[in-house]
Amino acid sequence: MIGLEHYLIVAAFLFVIGIFGIFLNRKNVIVILMSIELMLLAVNINFVAFSSFLGDLAGQVFTLFILTVAAAEAAIGLAILVVFFRTRGTIAVDDANVMKG
Amino acid sequence: MGITAVAFYLFALVSVVSGLMVVISRNPVHSVLWLVLAFFSSAGLFVLLGAEFVAMLLVIVYMGAVAVLFLFVVMMLDVDFAELRGQLAQYLPLGLLIGVILLMELGLVFSQWSFAPGHVAARAAVTPEGVTNTAALGQLIYTRYIYLFQASGLILLVAMIGAIVLTMRHRTNIKRQDILEQIYRDPAASMDLKDVKPGQGL
Amino acid sequence: METVILFGPLLGALIAGFGHRLLGERLAITLATLLLFLSAALSWWVFLTFDGQTQHIPIMRWIESGSLSVDWSIRLDRLTAIMLVVVTTVSSLVHLYSVGYMKDDPQFPKGESYTPRFFAYLGFFTFAMLALVTSDNLLQMYFGWEGVGVASYLLIGFYYRKPSANAAAIKAFVVNRVGDFGFAIGIFALFYLVDGINFSDVFAAGPKLAETQFHFLWMDVNAVEMVTFFLFIGAMGKSAQLFLHTWLPDAMEGPTPVSALIHAATMVTAGVFLVSRMSPLFEFAPGTLAFVTVIGATTAFIAASIGLVQNDIKRVIAYSTMSQLGYMFAAAGVGVYQAAMFHLFTHAFFKAMLFLGAGSVITAMHHEQDMRAYGNLRKKIPITFWAMIIGTLAITGVGIPTSLMKFGDIPIGFAGFLSKDSIIESTYAAGTGVGQYAWVMLVLAAAMTAFYSWRLIFMTFYGPEKGDKHAHEHAHESGWVMTVPLIVLAIGATLAGMLWYGDFVGAGSQAFFGNSVFTGAENEVLHRAHHVPELIASAPFFAMLVGFVLAWIFYIRAPKIPAALAGQFNVLYRLLLNKYYFDEIYDFVFTQNAKRLGHFLWKRGDGSVIDGTINGVALGLVPRVTRLAHRLQSGYVYHYALATVLGLVGLLTWMSISAGAN
Repeated sequence: MIGLEHYLIVAAFLFVIGIFGIFLNRKNVIVILMSIELMLLAVNINFVAFSSFLGDLAGQVFTLFILTVAAAEAAIGLAILVVFFRTRGTIAVDDANVMKG
Repeated sequence: MGITAVAFYLFALVSVVSGLMVVISRNPVHSVLWLVLAFFSSAGLFVLLGAEFVAMLLVIVYMGAVAVLFLFVVMMLDVDFAELRGQLAQYLPLGLLIGVILLMELGLVFSQWSFAPGHVAARAAVTPEGVTNTAALGQLIYTRYIYLFQASGLILLVAMIGAIVLTMRHRTNIKRQDILEQIYRDPAASMDLKDVKPGQGL
Repeated sequence: METVILFGPLLGALIAGFGHRLLGERLAITLATLLLFLSAALSWWVFLTFDGQTQHIPIMRWIESGSLSVDWSIRLDRLTAIMLVVVTTVSSLVHLYSVGYMKDDPQFPKGESYTPRFFAYLGFFTFAMLALVTSDNLLQMYFGWEGVGVASYLLIGFYYRKPSANAAAIKAFVVNRVGDFGFAIGIFALFYLVDGINFSDVFAAGPKLAETQFHFLWMDVNAVEMVTFFLFIGAMGKSAQLFLHTWLPDAMEGPTPVSALIHAATMVTAGVFLVSRMSPLFEFAPGTLAFVTVIGATTAFIAASIGLVQNDIKRVIAYSTMSQLGYMFAAAGVGVYQAAMFHLFTHAFFKAMLFLGAGSVITAMHHEQDMRAYGNLRKKIPITFWAMIIGTLAITGVGIPTSLMKFGDIPIGFAGFLSKDSIIESTYAAGTGVGQYAWVMLVLAAAMTAFYSWRLIFMTFYGPEKGDKHAHEHAHESGWVMTVPLIVLAIGATLAGMLWYGDFVGAGSQAFFGNSVFTGAENEVLHRAHHVPELIASAPFFAMLVGFVLAWIFYIRAPKIPAALAGQFNVLYRLLLNKYYFDEIYDFVFTQNAKRLGHFLWKRGDGSVIDGTINGVALGLVPRVTRLAHRLQSGYVYHYALATVLGLVGLLTWMSISAGAN
């Protein structure tokens, strides 16, 4: 039977892929943002799975909020990306080390 | 294997694969499209879990708004694809290693793990019987979690304003109207009444 | 009254030092001198009316710490009274003399005010010396001890623009310090053993200490021997005895009144005073006493030998002082502290006078100090001449020996005759091996003393005029401020011996000294000294005659002989001229090594280790760590993300392994 663990493992995979995506790509800021979305998605799956198997609706309520925040964050992130592109002319993160300490 | 299991494995596989493709794709437009697919299959997973409201929310908000937003931006930025041939290879081994370790650990945890004894009693919001998922959620959101709900609305408002503030730019080479300036103009400073004799001109 | 005596000079010093701008130079120094004369007059009063009872006059509470209770207080006994008289008399006469001597000193540019400073230092010195002699406990004595050392430094280096003067001042202070260190250890040891440093406590503990064994470093020594030994080291430093004597000749860099006061009559006698004062302890330490005798006698001999060939008039007198101090210590060593004090008393008069007379000669000859430029001065400066003749008669010990003619029990002679001969007789009468050694040394030294003293007179006042013609033409006697002290001291040098012979070493000495000087139960030396065989008693007299005759031959009769002898015995001559190369040896052994050590510690210790560590850390280690840390902040987002993930993985690993939550 499909138990809780199955869902959790799926979520784990998605999470790891998201992490993978963040630090593996150099050339594309958009992919970073999308990887973040993937991670959030993985967390959502986790929450809903638990909510379902425990019979506790709080998980789904929280998923709602995560969704909201993710959307907001995506919007802001993209706005920043637009500005970033305007000033630099490219979205490659390779040379973006202006914050070097 | 019942239909549930098949559906689950189908959706799960598609999720994971499309997630991977998001990261690996060279073309950002392709990445966005794979992301859409990932969301879609996750929505399917949610439906399987009995959380159809969340699933529909996923479809409408994530796919309909966020992913489309991504697509807009990608297209607007006029990214030069040629440059984006990735240099994955450099950090691939390290990344793989970390990924594998993380997965292993997560797996370890999940297999050993079990519910705490008092978990049934510790539920915050018990799923009511005989009510649809949507109605049940609605009963919770607008009563017990109303403040959080309003707060998330505020977050969205702030995000909206923030996005506008970040990306708006004034172009200096176009004419605009400044109503206030127009209204507060001093007639004495800008107007000069001259008495003209008929037929004389200025 | 005693407090007036003690603080009068201090007040004078303060007036001269700080008030001269207000009062004017002349008034300031006159006041200082007058205050000192007041002190002197009161001291004589005290000395002559002293009834033999030891008085303790407390002034102020000082230290109350645990078992250490030390007050500022005056101890007035016979020893103190003698020293009071010596110090204040000579000091007041030197003050008077300096009024004339320090005028128009060529070492200072016109218009610069230096005289008040001089008088302030003199007053401070006198105060410190008086504090030393009137002290009732070892700590106050040490205060006075150090105070006179400081004053000596200030006065020797008075001509501060002269590098040689500065060097001499430092040398005096440093060599003194070596002695003072020994003194301090002695005080520490006494406190440790007796649990108190007041004289009353210390003296009472004498017999007990003689029985105590003390574990010092690796040896087991007798407590009182050890304590007295260290105290004597202090005395050696202050009184310029052999090995710690190198500072005294160089101290002649100071103005001549300074030499007269400090290095003839007072500071250098502090060591003798210390030994006499601590006689209750010394009498129980025969080992140390033997050491004292040997050192004293050897110093007397060696100093006299060096003085034979010196050409600087002040240096001759300096070595003469060192030699006479050796006499005093030899006397103290055989147990006749009374004779030591007697010689201290008479020596103060004639040595101060010799120095002041030399100062007069130097002034007359336009600050020329080399005797080879003198000659035939007796007509030009008659008062000085006669004063120095009297001084020389006193120091060489001219008098009528044996019992040919005496005033009752008192032999007839100049001061030195009485005191020196009583010392020499005592060394013979001691009967011990060191006593015999001392006797031989002292008699030989007496011969040499006569020789160099008369040599000085003959070279200066007789013979052809050598040196600068101009100076000879203008040589004239100084004013009354400078000649009156000479005359007063000359009278003292003549009569002081005879007047006080009975009290110091004669029949009345027991009553005179009372219990200020302690004589051990078996100590009968003083008594036996009066009964030595006639021949032995006249030996010093004959030695003196030999010296006188030789000097006359060498410098009046056949003046070519000295140069010829010097040429023939060149090595010996140079050995004596260079003071047995003590300075060179000390320089090689101590000074160079100390410098090397200092240099090493400076460059390596301070430079490499301390600075190196700090610089190494600040300029080496810290930047390296910073550079490493800097790499963490590359500015690249994906680096940061990687760091985040690594941290996360680490955390998870740790939690899984440590079985955090079930």
